[in-house]
Amino acid sequence: MTRVLIPTGALGLGYDRAALARGVANRPDIIAVDGGSTDSGPSYLGRGVSKYSRASTKAEWRDLMLARAEAGVPLVIGTSGTCGADTAVDWLYDITVELAAELGQSLRVARLYSGQNGAEMTKALAADQIVPLPGAPEISADVLASCSNIVALAGAEQIQAALATGADIVIAGRTTDTAIIAALPLLNSDHAGAAWHGAKVGECGAIATTNPASGTIQIDFDAGGFVIEPLGATARATPYTVSAHMLYENSDPFILYEPGGHLDVTAARYSALDDRRVRVEGSVWVPGPYTVKLEGARIAGYQTVALALLRERRYVAAAREWADMVIAETRAKVAARLGLSDSDYDLEIRLIGVDATLGALENRRPLPAEVGALGIVTAPTEVLSAEIGKFLNPYLLHHALTEDEPMPTFAFPFSPAEMQRGALYEFCLNHVLHLQDPMQAFRLTVSELKHGTDVKMGPR
Amino acid sequence: MAELGSIVEKVRSKNAGPFWLTIDIFCGNRDVFDRVIPLPTARVAALFGVEEAQVKRFEIPDLNVVKFSVPRPVVQGTRTDRDMHGAGWGALLAELEI
Repeated sequence: MTRVLIPTGALGLGYDRAALARGVANRPDIIAVDGGSTDSGPSYLGRGVSKYSRASTKAEWRDLMLARAEAGVPLVIGTSGTCGADTAVDWLYDITVELAAELGQSLRVARLYSGQNGAEMTKALAADQIVPLPGAPEISADVLASCSNIVALAGAEQIQAALATGADIVIAGRTTDTAIIAALPLLNSDHAGAAWHGAKVGECGAIATTNPASGTIQIDFDAGGFVIEPLGATARATPYTVSAHMLYENSDPFILYEPGGHLDVTAARYSALDDRRVRVEGSVWVPGPYTVKLEGARIAGYQTVALALLRERRYVAAAREWADMVIAETRAKVAARLGLSDSDYDLEIRLIGVDATLGALENRRPLPAEVGALGIVTAPTEVLSAEIGKFLNPYLLHHALTEDEPMPTFAFPFSPAEMQRGALYEFCLNHVLHLQDPMQAFRLTVSELKHGTDVKMGPR
Repeated sequence: MAELGSIVEKVRSKNAGPFWLTIDIFCGNRDVFDRVIPLPTARVAALFGVEEAQVKRFEIPDLNVVKFSVPRPVVQGTRTDRDMHGAGWGALLAELEI
């Protein structure tokens, strides 16, 4: 039997501290928390940074480090710093070092790095060890070389290797959301299907319960299944909330691919033990080739944006026509004064209030009271992007629908009107990497932090 | 005829990774589930501008859920993406007359 305490769906999201205290009192075997995902977009991986504030992360990590000391069990975080790039692992490690000093904790800390070297990736590509998933973009050695960060998603084996160092804290780079939860139950020979299924149910914390905001849950894994128990005072897990969680952010609600195989929950049975705990049995782990998924991000240009607001009814009604005129006028001036052709950069205007969310797929066209005209310049350099943004400015401010009318002026909410967004990143890998040895693409670094008195460690 | 969103409990649209979009229709009960089931996959494909063969469709009577997954109309975060979390596309299904 393995008891995994999951404080929250992601470090930085917050959680119910009373629920965490209940979880610690229940004597877990490990505390596991997720630190990120791709969901906030490619910029975080591209830059190798966290989306959450350092202060928030430190405050929450401090609580978890205290919980770990009290429980006397390992604390593991996966996909550290939103993206799990090596720099994000080191960022959280630096916070850990500060906290260890502040709290007087002596710790063994293992860092598991998931970052991939471009040259090694190119060799793997040439050796047909990198295989596209359905819908993957075309890749080449040039694409791999252009990525500012490539990470591989670690599975249970790499987390187990990190735990085997005797680490009190494991700071992992990119992992699958489930690996940090499944690792110890699998190591303890609990039911493999249950280990992965419970991990999937638990990876978002209390999202699989009636009170998602409460955050903290615990999952007990055994030889035949798993039991999920929410720790928030009012949160309940029901067969519905637990089984419905397989839908969440999954393109297939029955199958989940992981390194070394896949989980199949088609035959899973969900039963209520009482009004707040659910037991699940019947999930199946199907072993397969050992592959790890790759993620990569690269710069796709530099952006400058500007927002103008149209409120006059005639302009609101003709907003698309007006926007197309603004683009044409701006492009003509950029061609005349910068000598750039249309294909040297991109310029679009999205109409907020008309179809900014759905674009060409929008099928409703009511007349809004106002329209936001969001001009977006994407150019090969930051300087050029800013320069083209300045060409756009006067047209966004004053362009008239007809020649024989007084010059209009539109609402700019800011001065300066243009905002430089910096680099636009794009995901450019949707592939898996075949490995002979799970640790082949990952690296472990173990550090001893000596501060204050030693914390008594429980058996493991 | 009714708008799908007006008869079901919730239509939820989210990324399933950067390359896929998944839309869950929580019908709430079996009667509504049975009304949603005849919705042709081709109509859903047309809404999102994808080929019918690319649409994954799941009917889950235990949950009274109908789920569609489609290749993201635009890869998450690319220059032409308008919706980083894939949250807005569900409105197209919610507003569909069935």
